[in-house]
Amino acid sequence: MNHEELDASLDSFGDALASATRVTPGNALRPEDIAVAGAKPSDQVAQYALHLGDDALILAQRLSHWISRAPEIEEDIALGNIALDVLGHARSFLTYAGLAWDKSEDDLAYWREEEEFTSLQIVEQPNGHFGVTIMRQLIVSIYQHLLYSKLLESADETIAAICAKAVKEVDYHRDHAAAWTIRLGQGTEESAAKMRHALEVLWPYTGEMFQDEELYRTLDGIAVLPSTLREAWEKEITDVLAEAGLEIPKSGMAMAHGRAGEHSEHLGFILAEMQVLARKHPGASW
Amino acid sequence: MTNAEELFSIAAKVTDPEIPVLSIADLGILREVNANEDGSVQVIITPTYSGCPAMDVITQDLYLAFGEAGIEKVDVKLVLTPAWSTDWMTEDGKRKLEEYGIAPPTGTGHSGRVTLGISVKCPRCHSLNTRELARFASTSCKALYTCKDCLEPFDYFKVLS
Repeated sequence: MNHEELDASLDSFGDALASATRVTPGNALRPEDIAVAGAKPSDQVAQYALHLGDDALILAQRLSHWISRAPEIEEDIALGNIALDVLGHARSFLTYAGLAWDKSEDDLAYWREEEEFTSLQIVEQPNGHFGVTIMRQLIVSIYQHLLYSKLLESADETIAAICAKAVKEVDYHRDHAAAWTIRLGQGTEESAAKMRHALEVLWPYTGEMFQDEELYRTLDGIAVLPSTLREAWEKEITDVLAEAGLEIPKSGMAMAHGRAGEHSEHLGFILAEMQVLARKHPGASW
Repeated sequence: MTNAEELFSIAAKVTDPEIPVLSIADLGILREVNANEDGSVQVIITPTYSGCPAMDVITQDLYLAFGEAGIEKVDVKLVLTPAWSTDWMTEDGKRKLEEYGIAPPTGTGHSGRVTLGISVKCPRCHSLNTRELARFASTSCKALYTCKDCLEPFDYFKVLS
């Protein structure tokens, strides 16, 4: 964009074509910023990027709810920072996915319905008390760290590039969740009981994280089969829980299939809040 | 006639909006500046963190910097690969950071839950007797520390390796 175009676009604030996520018009992520060497993903690769992006988007939305509500200011900032990182991952994945269908990150975030979201049910689970949020972070960040680490080898260069950035950030998220889990697990009677409760309510949603979709089998060398992450994930989380004096609960697994658009009642409420502005004022920007 | 070095130095004048003493070249996020045959310029930058909101401001500042130099057609391209790490920061940049009151990245990243990292030096009194208060601070790229000698809190530009 040159100067005149920039001035022109600044004049058209609120233009129907402007993106709601743009701080300044013209500066939203562009597909060419994301796709390595301008490569357009196939429909299947785009679908895979959508799975990864939806997990990140819904988790970011959940986490950002803690801003101004965390138990202490450092934690408020930490959860806000983590939400921002995860939102960054979502934007990259969704922008890349949208390239296959001529859609922007905003089209995908704001204009899809509940059943079109492919996120895992673990990320839409309510924040609950602080311990529940921390436990969800522990479960998801260990998982994402393993997944993104493996995706560094993906034959899809763009997915590998997004993961190369994301994995460094998720490493910090994992540390954050583990440190809190240990502190709360070893803390008072009350904090330990709350962490046991967090494990009980969230554990049933961990089964879905390791289900291999048919799509992943068709993307040999590009996608990672989540079932292959299970052993390493269980070892890592068990080690942290052991240090925290917590045990894996003996609860069964929830019937969950977010990848197929089947969600718990929570997703609708998340989307209502996330999408209302874009839908009430189509094309709004700031 | 504008040569490649001059073009690079125009882009390198742009500073980080959060840390105005540090140019985007010092920070290591300015990757390339290329002159196209039609007289337009392509600038390639990379984000520090995936969600870094400073990228928008930096892009705007690049348009303005080239505009002032009489170059109107500028294409700012974002690349993700190779991924940025604090190793991309120049030595000069690290020195400027410290002078500004932000401890520059040291060592090789956080060492997991065992807090046995290299001590972070207080940018004010240079004491190594410091403590991490919060790993996530005012921006994604910083952590909050406090000095146990001069008792001042300070920002630490944390290692991303």
